[in-house]
Amino acid sequence: MMNFEIINRKNLTEGIVEMDVHAPRVACAARPGQFVIVMACEECERIPLTLVDWSCRGGWIRLVFQEVGVSTYKLGMMDVGERLYHVAGPLGNPTHIDKFGTVAIVAGGVAIAAAYPIARAFKEAGNTVVSFIGARNSRLLIYRDHIAKISDEVHISTDDGSEGFKGFVTQLLEKRLADGFKPDLVWVVGPAPMMRSCSVVTKRFGVKTIASLNPIMVCGMGMCGACRVRIKNEIRFTCVDGPEFDAWDVDWDELLHRLSAYREEESYALKLFLESRGIKVSR
Amino acid sequence: MMVKPKTRIPIPKRPAEERIKDFNEVAVGYTEKEAIEEASRCIQCPDKPCVAGCPVGVDIPRFIKFIREKRFEEAYKVIKERCPIPAITGRVCPQEKQCEKMCRLAKIGQSIAIGALERFVADWAEEHGIYIDKKPDQQIGKSVAVVGSGPAGIVVASDLARLGYQVTVFEALHVPGGVLVYGIPEFRLPKKIVNEELKKLKDIGVDIETGVIVGKTVTVYDLLKEFDAVFIGSGAGNPRFLNIPGEDLGRIYTANEYLTRVNLMRAYMFPAYDTPIHKGKRVAVIGGGNTAMDAARTALRLGAEEVYIVYRRTRREMPAREEEIANAEEEGVKFLFLVQPVEFLGKSKVEALKLEKMRLGEPDETGRPRPIPTGETITIDIDIAITAIGFNPNPLIPKTTPEIKTDEHGRIIVDKEARTTMPRVYAGGDIVVGEGTVIEAMGWGRTAARTIHKDLTST
Ligand SMILES: Cc1cc2nc3c(=O)[nH]c(=O)nc-3n(C[C@H](O)[C@H](O)[C@H](O)COP(=O)(O)OP(=O)(O)OC[C@H]3O[C@@H](n4cnc5c(N)ncnc54)[C@H](O)[C@@H]3O)c2cc1C
Ligand code: FES
Repeated sequence: MMNFEIINRKNLTEGIVEMDVHAPRVACAARPGQFVIVMACEECERIPLTLVDWSCRGGWIRLVFQEVGVSTYKLGMMDVGERLYHVAGPLGNPTHIDKFGTVAIVAGGVAIAAAYPIARAFKEAGNTVVSFIGARNSRLLIYRDHIAKISDEVHISTDDGSEGFKGFVTQLLEKRLADGFKPDLVWVVGPAPMMRSCSVVTKRFGVKTIASLNPIMVCGMGMCGACRVRIKNEIRFTCVDGPEFDAWDVDWDELLHRLSAYREEESYALKLFLESRGIKVSR
Repeated sequence: MMVKPKTRIPIPKRPAEERIKDFNEVAVGYTEKEAIEEASRCIQCPDKPCVAGCPVGVDIPRFIKFIREKRFEEAYKVIKERCPIPAITGRVCPQEKQCEKMCRLAKIGQSIAIGALERFVADWAEEHGIYIDKKPDQQIGKSVAVVGSGPAGIVVASDLARLGYQVTVFEALHVPGGVLVYGIPEFRLPKKIVNEELKKLKDIGVDIETGVIVGKTVTVYDLLKEFDAVFIGSGAGNPRFLNIPGEDLGRIYTANEYLTRVNLMRAYMFPAYDTPIHKGKRVAVIGGGNTAMDAARTALRLGAEEVYIVYRRTRREMPAREEEIANAEEEGVKFLFLVQPVEFLGKSKVEALKLEKMRLGEPDETGRPRPIPTGETITIDIDIAITAIGFNPNPLIPKTTPEIKTDEHGRIIVDKEARTTMPRVYAGGDIVVGEGTVIEAMGWGRTAARTIHKDLTST
């Protein structure tokens, strides 16, 4: 098998793809919480994707991503047997896994898949794992069976109320905390505004919270500074100092404005790309 | 009899107003006739002072003599004895501080244009399909891992492969070449040339594996199990910050991010390439080195109307190559000397840069006059800022390998022969010197290769 060959590919739901890629070196070094930098093609961007699963023996890594920009669309269009142009990793520091007692996992949208290996590791370390997963609607609740298998409890929310609690997953968490739920640690991953809300909530209840950040990256190895964030008023690079930080220490406003830095360019490029492929944009 | 030396044949360049419209190379190189004429100015000093100025010891008068005799292939072979990548060094070496500085003619007029001649010979050889890199007949039965594919790594790999070692280069990025591909722009060093030189490395049997981050994908310990020796040439790619208010505003780039987006990711061809970049109309570049010049000239080519170099000392103290400072001036980059940034202003994106005027005082520890604040400030309107104030050594490998000791600046400590504090591990280039030059990194590579060969064959 060729390096970076796609060996499995499936649509988990509309617009969310799961892909297994042959990358033996990465697979044998991977730990929960780490990510890879992927380029679908030579002209493509370098994009960071969390390692969702891996097998050293099988020589593969599993990635889950949502088709949102040109790079992820191009990646999503690739099929079994094709090779990604580049995969580098595993990058970032692994999650600090320990026996804390009760760990609440909070995850939203496509990031539910990213939370899975971490939740599993916390469970394997002897913690009680209580998962809170949320999405816009029930169809987008990917990886719920995976999460259910390794959690002691699962709480579900959807924005439209099509399943579970109607509202944001952070509101659901807040409700449980108000009802007396007392986790020893909250571990959160998802869109930055959601992580910020989570941080506000857990601070109010005094529960230490670790957030896995997702800024724009270029190099992924500490060379460019594209991923810089303010942590306790100091410049840190998410790719080498993170990706996980204490959520209370993160300057969320800065992260949010950095994430939106290329919004115009991104939608322009996506429009061109989709038109050139004759794809109708539904969103 | 004393004759007045002839003046140097200038290296032909495209006119400034034409070249700032694209990313094609600025200098076009000598014709055969010009090269021969320039070579004929060389007085062939028997004690060869220029050679002493070359960190890899190219026999300069000998190759120049061959040029004069129109024996370009022989000239190429002479250079290649000592320098595996002359097409690159001919373009990027700070010759005015090295070989050309030592040239006798420099004292009485203008030195020989050694860099331009080196480049001429290398380009001539490429054009004429002269190929002298080949796999050695015999393998030595030993293997070496090289971490990083910048100039230091390239030379170690090249030297050891020629000696019959099985060499594997591990590079984190998707393209090998280090700063030569992600930092130095196309208009100064076409990537085609870097690729040709790297191809020669593969031709002599070197394996290059990209996407491997040593310290993450594999550790130095893993490599030591697989290989007889490990060379670390991971460079100084860790950007520094000004730590002044407003540095988190949008559209403030580190030079490394800016140049990486443009050079490595080809953002100047967006949307044909997917990586975007903010182009900007008024760009301030902070710093006075090669990186600052490259960023400023890149900004011009991306269509900026005003580009400022903001430097806290004067032109004389700028560490950039003289030729590039002159090129930047010709192209219309504006230089603001004796100013120090104190604050970036703006709401969410940078809108202005506040600068404090400086004056020069006593020399500091670097030997250059220390800039002293005057209290007076000026503010310039900008929409992009690029910081090019230097780099720290890449900390990843020392951090994951405590046996490899570093100094207080994070540079890997080595002895004169490039041995680190860990047995069978060697290092050189920017990871050892901090911020050096391409040729210095190559010099380290040469030293390390010699030591590795000595150590591996003496036991
Ligand atoms: C913009 C710019 C312009 C310059 N212009 C000039 C010039 O005109 N003339 C000149 O002489 N010098 C110039 N320099 C300086 C010169 O480029 C450097 O001194 C030289 O490249 C150092 O070579 P190196 O081999 O030590 O490291 P680098 O060229 O930095 O290469 C290091 C390589 O190692 C890789 N790497 C790092 N960590 C790891 C890891 N853990 N695992 C695997 N791979 C890793 C990096 O990705 C990189 O490819 C310039 C520098 C910059 C940034
Ligand atoms: S992505 Fe380049 S430093 Fe983190």
